[in-house]
Amino acid sequence: MKNDGEPMSVALEKLTEIAETIYGQLDSGDIPKMSLPLRTKGNIRFDNKTNVWKYGKATGVRSAKKAVGAYMLLRTMHMLEFIGDMISDSKSSTLREMYYISEGWGKAKFNSQDESDKLAEDLEIITKCLREDFKLRPEEDGARVIGNLTLEETDRKGKKKRMNCRDDVGDSGYSVPYNVESDKIKLISHDADFIIAIETGGMFDRLVENGFDEDFRSVLVHLKGQPARSTRRFIKRLNEELKLPVVTFTDGDPWSFRIHASVAYGAIKTAHISEYLATPTAEFIGITASDILNYDLPTDKLSDVDIKALEAELTDPRFRDPFWKTEIETMLENKKKAEQQALAKYGLDYVTDTYLPEKLTQAGII
Amino acid sequence: MATIAEELARKQKEISVSEFFERNRQILGFDSTVKALIVAIKEAVDNSLDACEEASILPDVSVTISKLDQTEFRVSVRDNGPGIVRAQMPNVFGRLLYGSRFHAIRQSRGQQGIGISAVVMYSQITTGKATHIRSKIAESDVSNDIDLTIDTKKNRPVVVREDHLIWEEGGTRVDHGTLIEFNLGARYVTGKQSVMEYLRSTAVVNPHATIRYTDPEGKVYNFDRATQTMPPKAVEVKPHPYGLEIGTLINMLAYTQEKRLSLFLRNEFSRISDRVAREICEKAMVSPDRRPKDISLEQAKAILAAIAQTKIMAPQTDCLSPIGEALIKRGLKNVLGTLRPEFYAQPVTRPPAVNGGNPYQVEAGIVYGGELPPDQPVTIMRYANRVPLLYQQGACATTQVVGAIDWRRYGLEQRGGTGIPYGPAVILVHVLSTKLPFTSESKEAIAPIPNIMEEIDLALRTCARNLKSHLNKKETKSRAAVKFDIVTEIIPKIAEKTSKILERPVPDISRTITKIMNVVFIEDSVEYDQKKKLTKATIRVRNYTARKQELKVHALVPREYIDSGSIYPEPAEIADDGKIMWDIKKMQSLQTVECTFAMKGLERDDYTENEVYVSDINPATVIGAETLPGDWGIKTFEFEETEEEEADYDEEEGELSEE
Ligand SMILES: Nc1ncnc2c1ncn2[C@@H]1O[C@H](COP(=O)(O)OP(=O)(O)OP(=O)(O)O)[C@@H](O)[C@H]1O
Ligand SMILES: [Mg+2]
Repeated sequence: MKNDGEPMSVALEKLTEIAETIYGQLDSGDIPKMSLPLRTKGNIRFDNKTNVWKYGKATGVRSAKKAVGAYMLLRTMHMLEFIGDMISDSKSSTLREMYYISEGWGKAKFNSQDESDKLAEDLEIITKCLREDFKLRPEEDGARVIGNLTLEETDRKGKKKRMNCRDDVGDSGYSVPYNVESDKIKLISHDADFIIAIETGGMFDRLVENGFDEDFRSVLVHLKGQPARSTRRFIKRLNEELKLPVVTFTDGDPWSFRIHASVAYGAIKTAHISEYLATPTAEFIGITASDILNYDLPTDKLSDVDIKALEAELTDPRFRDPFWKTEIETMLENKKKAEQQALAKYGLDYVTDTYLPEKLTQAGII
Repeated sequence: MATIAEELARKQKEISVSEFFERNRQILGFDSTVKALIVAIKEAVDNSLDACEEASILPDVSVTISKLDQTEFRVSVRDNGPGIVRAQMPNVFGRLLYGSRFHAIRQSRGQQGIGISAVVMYSQITTGKATHIRSKIAESDVSNDIDLTIDTKKNRPVVVREDHLIWEEGGTRVDHGTLIEFNLGARYVTGKQSVMEYLRSTAVVNPHATIRYTDPEGKVYNFDRATQTMPPKAVEVKPHPYGLEIGTLINMLAYTQEKRLSLFLRNEFSRISDRVAREICEKAMVSPDRRPKDISLEQAKAILAAIAQTKIMAPQTDCLSPIGEALIKRGLKNVLGTLRPEFYAQPVTRPPAVNGGNPYQVEAGIVYGGELPPDQPVTIMRYANRVPLLYQQGACATTQVVGAIDWRRYGLEQRGGTGIPYGPAVILVHVLSTKLPFTSESKEAIAPIPNIMEEIDLALRTCARNLKSHLNKKETKSRAAVKFDIVTEIIPKIAEKTSKILERPVPDISRTITKIMNVVFIEDSVEYDQKKKLTKATIRVRNYTARKQELKVHALVPREYIDSGSIYPEPAEIADDGKIMWDIKKMQSLQTVECTFAMKGLERDDYTENEVYVSDINPATVIGAETLPGDWGIKTFEFEETEEEEADYDEEEGELSEE
């Protein structure tokens, strides 16, 4: 992923190459097309070197023969031009702004932000650059961190600010910026034994209120549902650089299984940068399908969509291990899911006094 | 005019009540108050249209309903027909089984001589009021204006008031016509089975009539005539002996002027020669000289049996008056036009056929798309002798045939391939005959007789194939439209953008275009020149492939209208059935060839879409025209090898729900 030389000029060079290819195809009377690795669960492979899931060798073609392909190629050209302009003007834009910029592209206008985000990722894959190199950044979505961790952030004015994520922050914690690379954030010191990544805000607040970070010497990270790249990258840095083990604590439903997968194995959508985002040693501590039974938690019935999602997971290579197979099958069998806050059935302290200590012991963390 | 009215009068001979009961076991159509209103109007309107057609007058019929209270309505029906002579007025309206058509073997709406008197009777029973009739024939200066009731015991009309007056409508004097007004116990509804629907359906198959309807709220609907041409007059023929019923035979024997059985057979029936008459008498073992009046019931039965065993020429069929393909289309357009249907399948009028002793004929039409409701069962418009059938849909031969066809093959939805199909379509079926086999006297459904059903099936399938070919064309066109968008909009923009990014000249994209299109594209258009009454058709063939192409283009054109001098370029062949064939040789890549021709004497809308076929070219390379159906003979083609397709990146189902 790291390119030698100035990343901006490398990006520009690579993007120009794309335009060259298309130009060349037209000039020689061919149908313009681009080859890309297929971004499907069928085309991710486990990489033994990095222990994460990356795209395999299968490729698909985006060809101007079909309307969808033709439109995407035209959009690509517009996006190349726009990125080029930003680089030479030293500007940057959010992904959302990028989407709105396309309003002025006439027929090439994106139908949704999903589409423009996806194209930005396509360009990352082709050029092996990061979207930041294209001067595109996500909106700040401020995943929160609380724990005894000291870091130094360079603010927008270039000033370095040192802060402790327990003592120098309010109740909502330290808010993770979109850029978490070392030029922006330096990890200074810590006094913690592990990191616990939590899916929901409600549970994060519960652990904060119950003083779980201090009592169990842990760093709490709020995932906010499907975690943003910066959150995953931040967790990975803590894990690699500070050698802190990571556990994920989510709801007990098919979607939460995928949250864990994106933290630990790599998301399908960003499999081209899995080695940079995923923390292969992260452990899932719950809520598991077996927890629902063992702790007799209040449940909801699985919806049809939930069942479809579980069935899809059965054929997802990332879940192809005995633990997940049993979990998924158990959930399909019982047709029940539970939220992490369902633990409140046994009182507000139950999660920190009983559930987590039990699960963390089982996992060998404490 | 005198001759016609008087002629009618002469024929309005009495039919005995007993005869009526022999042939019609129940009193008809008044089984509910909703239905009574529709049936009463239908009887009056049918009579008006019949009378106008007999007198060769383009019908103007006005129907008005006024609401008196919750259960009582007043109906008035006025026509511009020949009128009725004074002497016949009471009998026509006040005496059951008194009609001019009872013995006539000819296609007309009225058949039984009971329709309008039954209305008068129903009015009288439910409201106790008299019926008002005004009628004027052209020869008389004044109209006769009477109020009439029926003495039901004696089956005799009673004129309770009589006047003679000058008839004016809207300030102008009426020359001839009839007005009938009556009150009746009824209920007014709107919807599928309503007066409006009946009149609308009537307008479709009577494009020569103007119908004006004023509903109980005073709202006026006008169905203006779509043609000035009267339908061809149905000639009156004598009955054919096949299909004769015992009751009819007995009546005919009783009423005939003939003095001998052999002459009776020869003169009162069609297709019976002296020789055949003798043969029948012999087989029946009745003397040919016997007086018809003296023939017993046993002998009559023997005659009937003898007829069945005798070879007799099929009945003549010129007594039928079909609407015709052009007029069905015009009628449908006239009434459904506001819904802007996308397509009118070319209507079909089948040649006449014979069932029992009666000639019959089937016509069909299909209207598709536009604002017709897309997700409901199709509307089936059933007609018998130009009269819409609104009731007993399920029992009708027409419905049964529609339900037995697998419409999925013709582009409509249908669960399991049987039953009424779904989709934005109207299916019209008209069955006409000198004597239609109805399931009952209320004339609401055509009996499912195999012969007739087969004809309906053939007519519908021909129409349906036409619909399907239109839908195919539309489908390929929309696929072509997508490609056009790519090559005319997107590729040029891609070329422009890349050259701008790279600061290089815009590349030539023509070869790329032919690779993307890779078809020979055929478009057809039709224009109508109102002034010259000229229909101009253009077939545009464009070679969007990278190679030279050769092909033959065929257009099916109504032969009698082609203006042979107008065909361009010189056609290779004009067949007797009206097929024009062009042999297009050596079309360069990106070249366009236009084939044009004109037709004279057609109305606007008569011809709106060319029927184009191609041959001698790989059908897979052509968009916009189908290959010539097999029976015209085509070369078979080796299909070109298509390149190995790589997976489409944008269509591959990705699971990208995660960040
Ligand atoms: N509006 C009219 N103008 C001229 N003649 C009419 C009119 N209405 C009825 N008649 C004459 O009166 C006759 C009787 O009409 P009626 O409706 O009772 O019987 P029909 O039409 O012969 O048969 P059906 O019972 O099948 O309707 C008709 O045959 C026709 O000669
Ligand atoms: Mg009648």
